[in-house]
Amino acid sequence: MTPVPIGATGSWVSVESSAIEAVGLSFRYRTTEGRGRMWTLDDLSFQVDTGEILGIVGPNGSGKSSLLKVLSGLLPVGKGDVRLGGLSLGKWSRTDVARVVAVVPQEYAQVFPFSVAETVLMGRFPHRTARWWSMGIGEETANDFAHVHQAMADTDVLSLADRLVSDLSGGERQRVMIARALAQEPKILLLDEPTAFLDINHQIDICSLVARLRAERRLTVVLVSHDLNVASQYCDRVLMLKEGGLCRIGSPEETIRPDVLRMVYGCDVVVDAHPQTGRPRVTMPMDTVRN
Amino acid sequence: MADVVSSWAQAGAVLTVHRWLMVIGGLLLASAAVLVLCLQFGATSVGTGTVATAIARMLRGDEAGSAALETSEIIMVQIRFPRVLMGFLVGASLAAVGVTLQALLRNPLADPYVLGVSSGAALGVSVAILFGVGSTFMLLPILPIFGFVGGLLALLLIYRLAQSKGRLPIHSLLLAGVILNAILTAFIMFITSIMEPNRSAGLMAWLMGSLTAPGYPALGVFLLYVVLVLVVLMQKAQSLNVLTLGEETARSLGVEIDGVKKQLFFLTALLTGAIVSVSGMIGFVGMVVPHAVRLLIGSDHRLLLPASALVGGMFLTVADTIARTIMAPAEIPVGIVTALAGGPFFLYLLLWRKDRML
Repeated sequence: MTPVPIGATGSWVSVESSAIEAVGLSFRYRTTEGRGRMWTLDDLSFQVDTGEILGIVGPNGSGKSSLLKVLSGLLPVGKGDVRLGGLSLGKWSRTDVARVVAVVPQEYAQVFPFSVAETVLMGRFPHRTARWWSMGIGEETANDFAHVHQAMADTDVLSLADRLVSDLSGGERQRVMIARALAQEPKILLLDEPTAFLDINHQIDICSLVARLRAERRLTVVLVSHDLNVASQYCDRVLMLKEGGLCRIGSPEETIRPDVLRMVYGCDVVVDAHPQTGRPRVTMPMDTVRN
Repeated sequence: MADVVSSWAQAGAVLTVHRWLMVIGGLLLASAAVLVLCLQFGATSVGTGTVATAIARMLRGDEAGSAALETSEIIMVQIRFPRVLMGFLVGASLAAVGVTLQALLRNPLADPYVLGVSSGAALGVSVAILFGVGSTFMLLPILPIFGFVGGLLALLLIYRLAQSKGRLPIHSLLLAGVILNAILTAFIMFITSIMEPNRSAGLMAWLMGSLTAPGYPALGVFLLYVVLVLVVLMQKAQSLNVLTLGEETARSLGVEIDGVKKQLFFLTALLTGAIVSVSGMIGFVGMVVPHAVRLLIGSDHRLLLPASALVGGMFLTVADTIARTIMAPAEIPVGIVTALAGGPFFLYLLLWRKDRML
């Protein structure tokens, strides 16, 4: 099937093969930090199927967040290519990307008093129809409000609609940011460390929310996580990065293994089976005495 | 879907056309009232009746040549009315510049005066005055252009400093502004010190921030200029909203960040250059007014920008009335009044409310 470019209406032309495809993808920052390697991301080739959850894991500085930013077009592709729905990212306008790909950043600090509803409504920005004479006042359509309402309902923040984002707890704020992303009506959701800085209750909350959204909205999800157990329990496949290179990609059983983790992280860990799902579970070993 | 929407959209959680019209309408009425009220005060005070007749006469266009014109009416028409309107326009512009800088730098304490943008514009104007550049060149007013260039350079410098390591913390940005201010002020001092005493005295008085009554043609041009820039700035209100989410998120929402930033730099420098060239350095209006307005009506820039402009206009009109009357018949620079009102407020925010904004 030949890739068909997205129209101004934002209709996603689903290509049977994959939602995201990276082909020989390399990237480097313009100012190299002198860490002895040229490429922050080095010759990555993989694909993300429509409707799957892919977890990106790897040690600090292995390029996880950079990869997420290259996939969403926030950072330019160095070598190789990224294709969304079969069409090279370079051929997409920024607005068209925003109608298909939504990004939830790692942290979000709002210094101004915006309400939750106002924040989620900003997700409609790529769909707005600008009319200069009205100066943006009253440009929201019933359709915009309906999508914002649905996004807030799906993330369970409707009751917070008129609260200020700055007054919310970390978990609530993370849900608002996911709602803001959903208001974009994306096909692909990219999450950078969605459970970082959250307590265990909110970690479960966010993870099951992502799993539910994938099922309800047929979303393709790519999430970066430091937490190997989050990747193991909630992702269909795991991509393991080491120093910017693709170390391994596959099911949690294929990737979350003691020998692989030893190679990537350079340490021994205990991997057993999760009592409920049977998927790999990683714990810190107690018998290793470190010098 | 209307029933679904009504639950939160009508409850004031988001900006509606109705709320926009109510707030802006109310502020327009209040602005008119403040203008009429402030016209009465001065070295000679006149009653509301005289103000009304004078305005009526002026609107009929028979102010000149009419023998029946009283002294108080002449004061009103020739001096006080243009002065008060000028103050309103300058205050509105300062507040609009403040709102824009705050969103652009994601810093609620940003202000053209505090960050040194005004100093940059003032240095540009001072250089023009030092070299005795004429007031117009090929029909273009020269001083605002020098002010624009100086303000733009200072703005780019402070932005560069703020972005060097991602997002600069509020305190570091303010510190950078203080130092930039000190350097630019040193240059301005140098210029005043090598001028003839009578010219440097005029320059100093202007620098302290003072309003004067312009002629009607100049006032008309200034009015048109400010309104035009504000209307263009309003087109960017939605982009300003999204910018507060952070630059990367804004980009992921489809904002062409680099282009929008360039336009915003250009527009704020245009306004700052014009304000500084007519009124010198008036501080804190751009910080105090948006902050207060935000607390009352929220942060949506589609409402915040015009509402701050109107409140800023009222604020400076009142401040200038105080400056005109408190030592009457002498006048003090309005910059002193705004600094005395805004400075302590700024300190309060910085020292006691920082938990709310950091």
